[in-house]
Amino acid sequence: MKGFLKYVNVTEIVRPIGQLLAFSCGSAVVMSAIAIGIALMLDKTAVGVDLLDRYNVSVYTYTMINLPQVVIDGLTIGFVYAAIALGYTMVYGVLEFINFAHSEIFAVGAFVGVELLIALDSSGMLAGASLGMAYSYLILAILMGMLAAGGLAMTVERVAYRPLRGASRLVPLISAIGVSFFLQDVIRLVESLTTGQFNRIMPTFGNFDQRIVFGKFAMGTSNITLGISVKSIVVIVSAVLMLVALNYLVNATRIGKAIRAVAQDRNTASLMGINVNRIISTTFLVGGMLGGAAGVLYALKFTRIDPFVGFFPGLKAFTAAVLGGIGNLTGALLGGIVLGMLETFAGSYMGIFTMGAAGSEYKDIFAFSILILVLIFRPQGLMGKNVGQKA
Amino acid sequence: MSLLKLENVHSYYGRIHALKGISIEVNKGEIVTLIGSNGAGKSTILRTISGMMHPKKGSVEYNGKNISQTAPHDIVMSGMVHVPEGRGIFPTLTVKENLEMGAFTLRDRSLTEERMEYGCTLFPRLKERLGQYGGTLSGGEQQMLAIARALMMDPDLLMLDEPSMGLAPILVELIFDIIKTLNDKGTTILLVEQNALMALSIAHRGYVLQTGEITVSDTAANLKNNTEVQKAYLGMD
Repeated sequence: MKGFLKYVNVTEIVRPIGQLLAFSCGSAVVMSAIAIGIALMLDKTAVGVDLLDRYNVSVYTYTMINLPQVVIDGLTIGFVYAAIALGYTMVYGVLEFINFAHSEIFAVGAFVGVELLIALDSSGMLAGASLGMAYSYLILAILMGMLAAGGLAMTVERVAYRPLRGASRLVPLISAIGVSFFLQDVIRLVESLTTGQFNRIMPTFGNFDQRIVFGKFAMGTSNITLGISVKSIVVIVSAVLMLVALNYLVNATRIGKAIRAVAQDRNTASLMGINVNRIISTTFLVGGMLGGAAGVLYALKFTRIDPFVGFFPGLKAFTAAVLGGIGNLTGALLGGIVLGMLETFAGSYMGIFTMGAAGSEYKDIFAFSILILVLIFRPQGLMGKNVGQKA
Repeated sequence: MSLLKLENVHSYYGRIHALKGISIEVNKGEIVTLIGSNGAGKSTILRTISGMMHPKKGSVEYNGKNISQTAPHDIVMSGMVHVPEGRGIFPTLTVKENLEMGAFTLRDRSLTEERMEYGCTLFPRLKERLGQYGGTLSGGEQQMLAIARALMMDPDLLMLDEPSMGLAPILVELIFDIIKTLNDKGTTILLVEQNALMALSIAHRGYVLQTGEITVSDTAANLKNNTEVQKAYLGMD
């Protein structure tokens, strides 16, 4: 045991957990402060009067009642975004191009996981499953999603990107967009041939839909219920595990060092005896696996998936990667969490803050405004270094 | 016995004919230098040998085996290491990680550490900087790191591309002393240098390159006294 521990780099396990904690708490505090600030300002305006009239709560009270729930939802989706964003950012790190097919890799992961669970459900294995079995099935679904997505990502690289390695940078980008459409239609084709329907629903099983209530207390005339659904916990815990594992892989293992070496200088890396093609394949495999797992977790959280399910999460995760600084793994974590928080806060409070004029359907404006603002004012992202254009 | 042998090698960058029938030979235990002006094809020869580019015509034989179409990461395994022009330090890997990358194909951890220790005795400066990022080192330290990293594979043949580039004279001397020491210990060296005088002072033999062709090939002592070479590369009249 001692000999084994000698080779385990403990800092590389503690550091990312600390980072995730700091990013989560930091963005939660900042977003909450903004929301509460706006609420306090609105209390004196027509919005506050109207709300007091209708529901007998002030905007401030309303904001506070919802706050814990919003933060938890924001974190849940934020971690999913972070896991997808890592796929974009890793590939960008080694090849300097945006793998726009990554959103479909995510969707394939989601479909494989959900179809597996649906199959298990229809064979009656989910209905009577004990809690332990339910979790085993979910883990199995996540693993299968990871495997399928990782394998697919590797194949896509081999078939659609590697032959274009020497071409100008625009060419593989266009290829990626083509692959993205192709995969969407493959999912549609396969689903219509086998099941005849595009919308697939995650079966209900285990205790994932229950809510754990921590406590209730009165605030004014309303009651605050603090609680978290089991599936949110599952999503957060699995995402954190994956993110920490990935961080460890990249920063503390031989393969991870080789990935970083290839990202920095492909030619010199090959002179060290590193098989560059194999490392690039590995990068796609790892990124794809994260995306696939994120797909299954997304399906667990949002229940319904269709062949286009990857588009918006993919675009958001891309935004998250750019926000954090594309090519920077820590940046992807930060970007994912910030974006998830921002979006959930906007979705939850916009309706009430605007007296219903603009509801949660406008929440995407925030994500993409962020993308535009970052590209204009800080193109290297929050954590990226300005390295200038590489030839 | 010849360790490395290039025969009538033609290499291209796209449509540019960079090497026009190069034939050179490096024997075991020698220091051989390639001198020539910018763009003569010195680096291209090294790149062709280490597999970063493949010749269109001709053969590269190492230890009697044709390696002209072998991938660079496989060539490393056969005991030849190429320190590229500009040193090729990974800027955001630490000095220690850079050294570990040099031993990437080596699975033996204790041997890796042993060689790292050796590199640090050769260049004590590196030992103080093990935890620092490669990109934060000075030019001289980077060159030391590049050589130490190359030695992690314990190569039979070490190819150095412009090790003196951008270094203060005192550091150039240090680097060349190390090269000489390595050679005394049995490592064969193929050296590409702009600083022809320095290169010829430690080399056994040399080749003079001009626009992709070898114009003169002789012992280092004779090249030093060759009037053409003196005029063109040694700055003497």
